[in-house]
Amino acid sequence: MSMQAADTAPAPAAPARTGGAGRERLRLLLRSGTFLAGAAIVAFWVACALFGSDVVPQDPYAVDLMSKLQAPSPDHWFGTDRLGRDIFARVIVGARDILTIAPLATVLGTVLGTTLGLIMGYFRGFIDEAISRLIEAVLALPLVIVALLALVALGTSYITVILVIGLIFTPLIARTVRSAVLTERGLDYVAAARLRGENPFYIMFIEILPNVVPPILVESTVRLGYAIFTVATLSFIGFGIQPPSADWGLAISDSYGLINGGYWWTVLFDALAIASLVVGVNLVADGVQGVFET
Amino acid sequence: MTPTAPWQGEMASAPDALSIRDLDVAYRVRGKVRQVLRGLSFQVGRGESYGLVGESGCGKSTVALAIVRYLARNGRVRAGRILLDGRDLLALGEADLRKLRATAVSMVYQDPGRALNPSLRVGAQVAEVFRLQGMPQAEALDRAAAMLARVQIADPSSVMGRYPHQLSGGMQQRVAIAMALAINPKLLILDEPTTGLDATVEAEVLDLIARLRGEFATSILFISHNLAVIARMCDRVGVLYAGLLVEEGGTRELFDNPRHPYTVGLLRCLPRRGRRKDHGRLDTIPGLLPPPGADIAGCVFAERCAHADEYCRAVEPPLYDLGGRASRCHYHERAPDLPRATPSDPAAPIAVDREERPVLRTQRLAKTFAAGGHAVHALSAISLELWSGETLGLVGESGSGKTTLARLLLGLIEADGGSVIELDGGQLPAAIDRRTPDQVKALQIVFQNPDSALNRSHTVRHLIGRALAKLARVPAPQQLERLLAFTRAVRLADRYLAVRPRQLSGGLKQRVAIARAFAGEPRIVVCDEPTSALDVSVQAAILNLLADLQATRRVSYVFISHDLGTVRYISDRIAVLYLGRLMELGPAEQVFRGPHHPYTEALLSAVPSLDGSVTERIRLKGDIPSAIRPPSGCVFHTRCPRKLGSICEDQEPPLIEAEAGHAIRCHIQARDLQRERPAPMPAEAPAS
Repeated sequence: MSMQAADTAPAPAAPARTGGAGRERLRLLLRSGTFLAGAAIVAFWVACALFGSDVVPQDPYAVDLMSKLQAPSPDHWFGTDRLGRDIFARVIVGARDILTIAPLATVLGTVLGTTLGLIMGYFRGFIDEAISRLIEAVLALPLVIVALLALVALGTSYITVILVIGLIFTPLIARTVRSAVLTERGLDYVAAARLRGENPFYIMFIEILPNVVPPILVESTVRLGYAIFTVATLSFIGFGIQPPSADWGLAISDSYGLINGGYWWTVLFDALAIASLVVGVNLVADGVQGVFET
Repeated sequence: MTPTAPWQGEMASAPDALSIRDLDVAYRVRGKVRQVLRGLSFQVGRGESYGLVGESGCGKSTVALAIVRYLARNGRVRAGRILLDGRDLLALGEADLRKLRATAVSMVYQDPGRALNPSLRVGAQVAEVFRLQGMPQAEALDRAAAMLARVQIADPSSVMGRYPHQLSGGMQQRVAIAMALAINPKLLILDEPTTGLDATVEAEVLDLIARLRGEFATSILFISHNLAVIARMCDRVGVLYAGLLVEEGGTRELFDNPRHPYTVGLLRCLPRRGRRKDHGRLDTIPGLLPPPGADIAGCVFAERCAHADEYCRAVEPPLYDLGGRASRCHYHERAPDLPRATPSDPAAPIAVDREERPVLRTQRLAKTFAAGGHAVHALSAISLELWSGETLGLVGESGSGKTTLARLLLGLIEADGGSVIELDGGQLPAAIDRRTPDQVKALQIVFQNPDSALNRSHTVRHLIGRALAKLARVPAPQQLERLLAFTRAVRLADRYLAVRPRQLSGGLKQRVAIARAFAGEPRIVVCDEPTSALDVSVQAAILNLLADLQATRRVSYVFISHDLGTVRYISDRIAVLYLGRLMELGPAEQVFRGPHHPYTEALLSAVPSLDGSVTERIRLKGDIPSAIRPPSGCVFHTRCPRKLGSICEDQEPPLIEAEAGHAIRCHIQARDLQRERPAPMPAEAPAS
């Protein structure tokens, strides 16, 4: 039925001023409650990462052994950790490292995956077969274990964490891009470009790429959620973000032994922070998906 | 019958099968209500076949959907009544509506592949209709088999065991028709039932519908954009324009003597009665259909009508009753004298000199695809020549290899070893990657579907500009000037340059595609069904443009089309393909006049003609055989109505010249192929 409706839907007779598709999508996105809720959460944490250290009432790094492990109170809203540091301040500034590493890793994975996907989808045949088999092999390995092995081998640093997560995401994004490119490859505008003597790189990046942006955007927002979770996991097991950063995963790793002693506040707020950021990113991803995949 | 049906009392005598009164339908699009049907009223009498014609966007399909109350969620009937067999459809509740759909009205859609459930066997699907009427399974299956036999499916029991995708398009449509008729409906709605089918299959399906109509005494609402199909199938016709019924009348009367300028225009847009490009340009309808929901003060057609004056623009014409017919035009008496929108003067014809070297020559051109371990012989041993300034029409059903041939010429796919393609006498590499820039530039294409052919992310300026930069190597400073020269040559307004394809109408998109194809001053342009995705009025303008460009630039065309009227209009010579083989090759007029290859003869007789002249019909049996195992001997022998005998099965006939320049691949002697029968499209000097 939707087909029929589309047939009779009015064609824009008078040319609008700008490319309609992008603007229309943005408008729909801004009307999506899911997207707006997610965006609000993410925006909050981004603001914390950028300006958090200027506004928090206490120094997040100040050690005060006299007041360690205090329960939440008007002085310390979220209590203090075992070094007496103010947990509220640490949660607020703790977004900084994870919000640097996870997006950079996602961007790396997206760029590499898109390039690979374009190559596979455009050239098809042997190249596609070979890379596809390789991707399947990589995807068969458990993500965190591979990351761990790589970090042990390469040594932990922000750069290696970004590289490792980015490379692990590459095949996933490549697979999505490939299938979108295969559809585009069959359209006549690609044949028309070949009949103009365009080289494969022009066809891949100038002709095809703009048309496969929607699935790439959807896939990379989904990936960002996973990236945040992976960085937090790696920090928790000691291979991600290193002390004295106020990172959430690190904080949980530092304090989870204390839960038994009734010091719940040392873990709860950091855990909630991670959860809210992941949920926020996933809500954004849902919103983007809803608008781009219809 | 529900006791609440309010119109039963009113309709004491036998009511019309369908009666639509003052129907208003609107769609809500982005918060705005857009009216698509306005005060539509018409009746389909008992046993009558009523045709609804109009171009896309006129509201034809909306009528069909409104009748079965299947409007899209954003569509709503705002006013009016729809009476089916005297019952008000809009007053029915869900349960009654379902019952009505199951017993009184059925619909056949354009694409049978999508109307049938792909995961159910055909037998189960047809039997389901009977099951719904409460029949036990065994009886339902028997009835299904009987029903399939009635739609002339030769082997119902084997077809019932198959899945829809295992059937050809024509067979699928027969199954859909069988299901539609299984309930013995009062009204059968056919929405473009043959639009996706090949001409020979279309002819068969139309024959079938005409026959079944008599058997089942069903009333028919036949919706189509194809005037000739409507002319063949319907008793009365309504012409729809922008959601309004602009003219209505008996089919013969209406097509012979139209009384609304829109109908007049539509009929003039068709290349009819053997009209050819050197006889003159086709007439067109200027302007565009108003967008749905547009607020129009006077006559909806005034903006595109040469007769329109102040009165037309101010006062909306009523549907004038002209005695058994009606026209929504203030000046309906003058409608037939509508001045031409496009001057007829033909472009100076090109003298094709066949003494000189041909621009393009193929020898033993062949293509074999590998599909699932099988060799598919898509094209075998095609030898052709194309001279400068000439148009070669390629004709044949789907699967005949037309598009493969086009793509081989362009180098988009590589020909088999041993094939020769020559450009200006020099050998052309098979693959485009190995061709020199000049060779690439020489051969260009206009694709069938501009939505696929134009990159939707790029602006018109980029689309044409890039072609100029790459193919014509126009340096940047002069690019804009050349660009504007090109857009003007294809009559595309400058304001469209900044626009992306989706904001253009179908005709405008095809103009952009044509401008792009001509950017590098090609020697040969392949036109792959360039007008088949377009409405009739737009099609005429594109054909005129192609003819003009050919005359001014002396380019050669390879013109592919399934529409024989169009091919005849534009082509100098015609090649007929069947299963990848060249069956007939000759000057256009001779191919149409005969002697014909039996396949060409069947193709020609399958074309429904507008003037309703019934010609002797030759119907082909069955479907095109698979190209994996083409028939032995003459590939056409399995369907040939004039098969001689075993010689046809054993030996492939040679391509023999029946007369100078006109060759036919058949064992039958040329003089025997010339049958005494009226030509399907009599050659006739153009009137205007």
